[in-house]
Amino acid sequence: MSNSILSDSMRDRMGKVVNALIERDPQTALVLADISTTYFRDAMQKHPARVVNVGIMEQTAVSLAAGLALEGFHPIVHSIAPFVTERPFEQIKDDFCYQGLGGTVISIGASYDYGTDGMTHHGAADVPILKTLPSMQVCVPGTADEFETLLRQTYNNGAPTYIRTSVQQNGISRPVNFGQLHVERAGQDGVVVAVGPMLERTLAAVADLDLTVLYATTIAPFDADTLQTAVARAAPNVIVVEPYYEGALAPDVAKALQSVASRIHAIGVPRQVLDRYGPPERHDEELGLTAAGIRTRITDFLQMGARARV
Amino acid sequence: MVAHKQELADLMNLTSGDQKHDPSAFSTMGVLSVLYDRILHYDAADPQSEDRDRFILSKGHGPLALYAILAQKGFFPASAIENFLHWDGILGGHPDRKRVPGVEASTGSLGHGFPMAIGVALGLKAKGNQRRVYVLIGDGESNEGSVWEAALLAGDLGLANLTAILIDNRSSTRNLGNIAAKFEAFGWCAATVDGRDEDALEKVLAAPASDRPSFVAAEVLPYV
Repeated sequence: MSNSILSDSMRDRMGKVVNALIERDPQTALVLADISTTYFRDAMQKHPARVVNVGIMEQTAVSLAAGLALEGFHPIVHSIAPFVTERPFEQIKDDFCYQGLGGTVISIGASYDYGTDGMTHHGAADVPILKTLPSMQVCVPGTADEFETLLRQTYNNGAPTYIRTSVQQNGISRPVNFGQLHVERAGQDGVVVAVGPMLERTLAAVADLDLTVLYATTIAPFDADTLQTAVARAAPNVIVVEPYYEGALAPDVAKALQSVASRIHAIGVPRQVLDRYGPPERHDEELGLTAAGIRTRITDFLQMGARARV
Repeated sequence: MVAHKQELADLMNLTSGDQKHDPSAFSTMGVLSVLYDRILHYDAADPQSEDRDRFILSKGHGPLALYAILAQKGFFPASAIENFLHWDGILGGHPDRKRVPGVEASTGSLGHGFPMAIGVALGLKAKGNQRRVYVLIGDGESNEGSVWEAALLAGDLGLANLTAILIDNRSSTRNLGNIAAKFEAFGWCAATVDGRDEDALEKVLAAPASDRPSFVAAEVLPYV
């Protein structure tokens, strides 16, 4: 699966893989909230009790899915990121995490994928809020292949899992594994952790810098061991490049490095109201999340550290 | 007070917790008695048996009456009630399915148990299981939007293996009007009965609709 050339979107791959799971496993259930229904028309007709489009009622979608889990099913809930994570946050917390139930929440519409639809359709808070929940697993794949790998690896493992799909993808898939950081390259002057679709622009940003680059597709649980090993072999300058509100991984990085005198810098979507309309790439430019913008922030951070040592 | 009710009251009095006389608990006692004495199919020795009806206390509030019923039926020892709300006890201010045998769902935040019950009912259908799901909601809980999402959805799905019972003890801040008529408008078979009339409750709960979900408004008006 690794190193394949991209052939489909993460959303298309979700349609294919979830349909396959529904057909293969009678314990798979799917709850939709009027989004992506065209992928599952046949499945809804064939399995009306376990493949359900509830309509535009995301709180009920999540609670209903928990009810299916109580009966031994592995429910998958799907909608646009803010509507399936922020609106029913309490249902995910109480009905899945508190009850100790497994299920998968899959979103589309990462951060400003719906870039012309305004702040109501932006979902940059999804990963930061969900990773506060006990037992919640959070995945941010960078390609459709990685999405499929992470879905299959976490499917029916007994814990609630959030998988964030995005329009933006890396050009090449990596051999990702749930719960593990992938070592993309090694360097001496610091360690960059690039999350999901931020990887390739980050690699471009640091192409001529002597930095280790780790690739994160699992945000929770965080792979502290790999980060510790990487930091032990490089200067303790750690930069995290995230495609959601910046800083979500900072507590995990700080905890992993509590015995090391380290510097941490988070680059991601700033906490500000985005009131301009344009494609995701235009928002990236505005927010400095292009390869050039990321490079500037990383070099500034490294120079600040160098000055501090003088 | 009839004998079995007195027994339940005695069980509830095993705790000295301040919440034991919670009107929310006493308002559900009649419905719970009828359900566990006359309607539900269950085996207290095998609380997870597939061949059981499912009961979900959606409102989660005032669970002492449910705890007393479950203890009376042998799901756990009555002595557990002495530790109601205690650090070392299993019986909290809202029921936890992972800790209390016989509790189907952990509830307490209002408006969660009702849509969960729809998922359970769909799960039973998908498995070909003929058992029913009973969910108890409160009139105050019915201020929550998710209650009306669930009412709309179950009615539209024609979910005939689901019965919702609303305890109406006039605790709702908003005037709910004719709540049975509202559920009927959403496609439910709806009735209103005296929540303290156990024979009337049994009659309506024992004869659910076969083609749509059933709703019972159990009026438990405060004593004056």
